[in-house]
Amino acid sequence: MTHRDDHHHHDHDHDHDHSHLAEVELRVRALESILVEKGLIDPAALDLIVETYETKIGPRNGARVVARAWSDPAFRARLYRDATAAIAELGFAGRQGEHMVALENTPARHNIVVCTLCSCYPWPVLGLPPVWYKSAPYRSRVVIDPRGVLRDFGVELPATTEIRVWDSTAELRYLVIPMRPSGTEGWSEARLADLVTRDSMIGTGLAMTPAGLAHKEAST
Amino acid sequence: MNGAQDLGGMTSFGPVRPEQDEPVFHAEWEKRALAVTLACNGMGEWTGDRNRFERESLEPGWYLTHSYYEIWLAALQNNLARKGFVGADEIAAGRALRPAPPAKRKLVAEDVAAVLAKGSPYDRPAPAPARFAVGDRVRAKLMNPAHHTRLPRYARGRVGAIESVRGVFVFPDANAHDQGEQPHWCYTVRFAGRDLWGEDADPTLVVTIDAWEPYLEPAQ
Repeated sequence: MTHRDDHHHHDHDHDHDHSHLAEVELRVRALESILVEKGLIDPAALDLIVETYETKIGPRNGARVVARAWSDPAFRARLYRDATAAIAELGFAGRQGEHMVALENTPARHNIVVCTLCSCYPWPVLGLPPVWYKSAPYRSRVVIDPRGVLRDFGVELPATTEIRVWDSTAELRYLVIPMRPSGTEGWSEARLADLVTRDSMIGTGLAMTPAGLAHKEAST
Repeated sequence: MNGAQDLGGMTSFGPVRPEQDEPVFHAEWEKRALAVTLACNGMGEWTGDRNRFERESLEPGWYLTHSYYEIWLAALQNNLARKGFVGADEIAAGRALRPAPPAKRKLVAEDVAAVLAKGSPYDRPAPAPARFAVGDRVRAKLMNPAHHTRLPRYARGRVGAIESVRGVFVFPDANAHDQGEQPHWCYTVRFAGRDLWGEDADPTLVVTIDAWEPYLEPAQ
């Protein structure tokens, strides 16, 4: 899967000048210090929250779930029967992942996840959502023109493949299990996990091919 | 409510712009906004559904032109002001001007790991048997409530089929408004793209939503 570089920029500050961001920065700082001063929050707790989502919880977790599902048929069966319990076997659980559902991509059906109403996203397995996932272009369009959105990600699927878009309007959180690339027979779980991109677990991408992975590793 | 958050099916927002090697946070203040929001949720003074209601109550023009963390921050400020914890005058002054009422709880550093790992499960015991079964044809009710709801506009009045009976979950329409949890059965409902968007829709498109029982009525 390739991303289009020509659209590379930071959506979040697209329309905001520096003075605006300086104001936000000041406001957050003021809010934090007032809350601490009033004894309502613990500053040490804030640092731990940031550290957790910056270093401990991210799409590597989800990649391990996918690699296990590709390697272990019994785990795969448990994952589709009760995803929350199966994912917890790997130690991933908690906030914004209390009620997990795994969606299997096949040649006949490609699954994509969105939250049109806010930014619901399976934090324990994918971390915090990327800016584009929370943005109006994605949330508005993927339910009506998913193939157009996939083209924004450089993905083209056969015209006959069913595209199923899951709008996360309740407390269920969806994890897409991408198709296992061919040419990976006998690969270890750890090696398979390297093929699993974040976007492939949202449905806006596919798992990398062995050639794609080799190219990526050669260029980094 | 019919706020700017209900984006599904809107056009003209432009392409989705994935960012290569996107960092978890784009600025220091985003880290603090996330952490302060989660720490304040830990006060136990309002529900996650109330958070969503405060975000979607923001003026639509403002909502559509600000980043997601700014939306979180504005909603947090409104929640804190509404409950008398921090006033706008204090944020402007950059310091506390009066003591806050006591909060129900405080998220302290020692508890962060356990609280994040536990999350807040939203499933509840069944108050009654489920009204619908897998395969049943259902219509999403035509409704335009002024309060918080999780039934997106694009599905209202449309006919689909029960894909899955998910269990009984806290009902956001009540839980956002200090009316208790009022748990109801929640279903994944699938709609053919053409039943949502008309004849021009991608014939391979299926969209699902997660809908509580009060959102649905039997259809032929």
